[in-house]
Amino acid sequence: MRFLPNPRRLLSTYVIVYVAILYFPVLLLPVFSFNDSATPKLPLVGFTFRWYESLSGNAAMQGAAWNSLIVGVSAAFLSTVLGICAARAITRHRFRGKAAASSLIMAPLILPEIIIAISLLVVLLGLGLQLSLITVILGHLLICVPYSVTVLVSGFEGFDPSMEEASRDLGETAFGTLRRVTLPMLMPSIVSSLLVTFTISLDEFILAFFLSGTEPTLPVYIWGQLRFAAKLPNVLALGSILIAASLVLLTAAELFRRRAERKMAVRP
Amino acid sequence: MTVTPMIEIRNVDKSFGLFRALDTLNASIREGEFFSLLGPSGCGKTTLLRMIGGFDNPSSGEILIGGKSMAGIPPNLRPTNMVFQSYAIFPHLNVSENVAYGLKRLRLGRDEEQSRVRQALEQVELSKLGPRMGNQLSGGQRQRVALARALVMRPKVLLLDEPLSALDKKLREQMQVELRHLQRQIGITFVLVTHDQYEALSMSDRIAVMFEGRIAQIAEPKEIYQNPATRQVADFLGGMNFLTSSELAVNGKSFTATLPGIGDITGHLAGKAIPDPASAIIGIRPERLRIVWEGETADPIITGKVVDRNYFGEVTSLAVGIKGQTQHLSVVETNDFGADDIPVGSDVRITYDRDAFVIMQG
Repeated sequence: MRFLPNPRRLLSTYVIVYVAILYFPVLLLPVFSFNDSATPKLPLVGFTFRWYESLSGNAAMQGAAWNSLIVGVSAAFLSTVLGICAARAITRHRFRGKAAASSLIMAPLILPEIIIAISLLVVLLGLGLQLSLITVILGHLLICVPYSVTVLVSGFEGFDPSMEEASRDLGETAFGTLRRVTLPMLMPSIVSSLLVTFTISLDEFILAFFLSGTEPTLPVYIWGQLRFAAKLPNVLALGSILIAASLVLLTAAELFRRRAERKMAVRP
Repeated sequence: MTVTPMIEIRNVDKSFGLFRALDTLNASIREGEFFSLLGPSGCGKTTLLRMIGGFDNPSSGEILIGGKSMAGIPPNLRPTNMVFQSYAIFPHLNVSENVAYGLKRLRLGRDEEQSRVRQALEQVELSKLGPRMGNQLSGGQRQRVALARALVMRPKVLLLDEPLSALDKKLREQMQVELRHLQRQIGITFVLVTHDQYEALSMSDRIAVMFEGRIAQIAEPKEIYQNPATRQVADFLGGMNFLTSSELAVNGKSFTATLPGIGDITGHLAGKAIPDPASAIIGIRPERLRIVWEGETADPIITGKVVDRNYFGEVTSLAVGIKGQTQHLSVVETNDFGADDIPVGSDVRITYDRDAFVIMQG
């Protein structure tokens, strides 16, 4: 037995290699974004903020960032509102076709995004709608709602349905119960849903590419810039900012969720 | 003049698909009464309580509160308040805010609201806990907050869904006394759901015993215990010796039977209707049987052999085999005279009160 490698060590080596392959390329992006060279290659030449500075004067990029913000905030808000409705129906009610309804809500997660994008394009154009930020928001809603529902279903499952009944029992209306009990109790999941869906929308490319028309979002803008080799360092800088923003948002979502969970937890 | 009952349950049915949860229930609960719904889990008692509170609707039949039909009336418009089994204390509010929750809608004004909250917290002896958050309370405190939060609304009926089942034994017994005391003091109708027969017996004015969606008997605790209507009721509330009998006959207000190994007995129906004597069964509570010690004389006397003995501290339970009886007779005897020392296998003599036999629907 002695001659066999220690299984525990084997496993940790595997994990380290796995994580390295997964994240090393992503780490290269910020590294080259600070490199004082127009081509991303080793060895590193010198440290510079040049690429970041040139971003600030770039009106097209700022327009794309603004578009992304509008799309992200709208998609996150709408997706969370729809998610609250769907999650409440799934966790609190029994109705015909419930299983089918919840699978359909989740389906966009496993359908190839390019198929969704092409189908949406065909349908939206068929309906005579102009491609605009609104069509992007609608497309993003489709892929954001499953995440909202997942987060919010666990939020609803985390609190006792008799809380809402107690509120009704104490004279509150259905709407008042939503406002005074359900929403405050769900707040951690709501914030978490907003942050996660905003991040998804911010990074999403394929749907935005097909549906955005003349108003590109940031990922679409980046893709357009990749055709020009000279712009590559700028793209690297922008990509690094996006990665950092996503990381901050997702970490904030998780921290907020955990903190609120501790605060809400009822001692057994 | 007839008094309108506080709650009237008329032919209430409830089906979930093919499962019949409640089957033609009828009951009327008086004003100011402590009424318990007692039964094993799944008997429909909680479903019935939730219907009174407005959280479930009968499939057919109706429920009246204060003489008014409650059909289609949501919980927030009913003169009832509920203490939930999980207590459902709002964790994002403190104790005072929890208690004031329902008052907010009444717009009483700050002073009136504060004084009612204070009074309710005093009632449940939690005056000092007002600023404590809802998720920082012990089980007993949560139970008291739930009680205060419901009582502050001044309901006509307080509904309690197994409010003591989550507490440990000592606290539970203390709360039984306190709840009973509170009910007498404020004088409103309490409807309690419980599966604990001692809780129901010690707290209630009347008890409805339920099995499988039906009410088997509604009566005062003493009546339920001493004169159970059916075998199931007797079995659920304490021990009962079910006896083998022959020539069981019902005539007028009494019954007669021959019990092999025991003798010919007579008993009173005590107001019960026995529609089918062929399926009726005779029984006697274990504590109504007594050991006849050596040197004592008694009449009547049964003789038997001790087959098992169980010690319970203040009492001992003996299982005694009697010739002619298919089941061993259970005798519960205090330990003052040494019942705990009777050897298994020895012969014993037993006596009983002649009026202690009851007849039940089998």
